[in-house]
Amino acid sequence: MTLYDAAFYFFALITVVSAGTVAMSRNIIYSAFSLLFTFFGVAGIYVLLNADFLAITQLLIYVGGILVLLLFGVMLTNKVIDVELKTGVMQSWPGAIVCGMVGGLLIVLFRITDWNIVQADPVLTATTFSLGEMFMTSYLLPFEVASVILLVALVGAALIARKDKSVQNQKGF
Amino acid sequence: MSAFGAIPSEGGKFSIDMHVTLTHYLVVSALLFSFGLFAVVTRRNAILLLMGIELILNSANINFVAFSRYGGMKLDGQAIAVFVIVLAAAEAAIALAIVLNIYQRFNTVNVDEVSDLRE
Repeated sequence: MTLYDAAFYFFALITVVSAGTVAMSRNIIYSAFSLLFTFFGVAGIYVLLNADFLAITQLLIYVGGILVLLLFGVMLTNKVIDVELKTGVMQSWPGAIVCGMVGGLLIVLFRITDWNIVQADPVLTATTFSLGEMFMTSYLLPFEVASVILLVALVGAALIARKDKSVQNQKGF
Repeated sequence: MSAFGAIPSEGGKFSIDMHVTLTHYLVVSALLFSFGLFAVVTRRNAILLLMGIELILNSANINFVAFSRYGGMKLDGQAIAVFVIVLAAAEAAIALAIVLNIYQRFNTVNVDEVSDLRE
C-alpha cells in the first residue's frame, strides 16, 4: 500500500463518515459541521485525482460560501433560544432501505462494469492554466451562461429573501 | 467483465483491492450519493434537505473528476465539475432565500408542514 493509497483511504474515510453524520444526526448543527468535513474530504480526493484547481475551488466556494450560507439558514430559521436544534425525520426505515438498495446497486454496477481505463498513471501537472484556456475557448458559451446565471441568482435571491410590505398587504389575494 | 479484485495493473499482475483504482473513487461517490439521498428523503427540515442535495452534487463531481483522471477525458470532466460547483452556489443562494421566505410566512421550515400554496 503506497502513500497515495493511504491518503485516499484517509480522505475517503473522512468523507463517508462525515457524510453519514450529515444524513443521520438529529442535531442540525452537528450535520452542518459534519458537512464541513465532507467538503474537506472531497477536496482531498480532488487533489488525489490531479485536480488542484478544483480542490481549491471546492474549499473556497463550498466551505467558504455554501456552508456559511447553510449555517446562516440554520440560525435564521430556528429560535435562537432553543438550545437543541433538533430535526424530525419521517419514514426513516423505508428511506434507509431504498437508499441502501440504491447505493448497493450503484456499487455493484461500478464494480462489475469493465471500465475503459485509458490513463492509469498520468504525469501530475498543474491544471489551472489548461482549465482557464478551456473556459476561454471550447467552454466559452457555458462559461458566459454561468456568469449570467450567477447574476440572475444573486438578484433573485436578494429579491426573494427581503421582506416586502406590499406582499404582506396582499394576503387575501 | 472483470471482478473488483481482478483489475490487471500496468505490470500485468493482478492487484487486489488495496491499490486505488477508478472503482474506489466511484464507490466513495456512490456512498456519498446514497447518504445524500437518505438525507433528502427522510429529513423534515428544509435546510437539511439542501445539505443532502449538496452531498449528491459532490458525489456527481467526484465521478466527473475520477473519469477525467482515469477515463482519458483530459480536463473536460474537471471543467464540467467547475460548472457544477457554480450551479451549486447559485442553487444554494436561491434555495436559502426561498427557505427564509417560507419561514417568514409559515413560521416553520419543516417541509411536510408547508403544504399550502397560499396562506
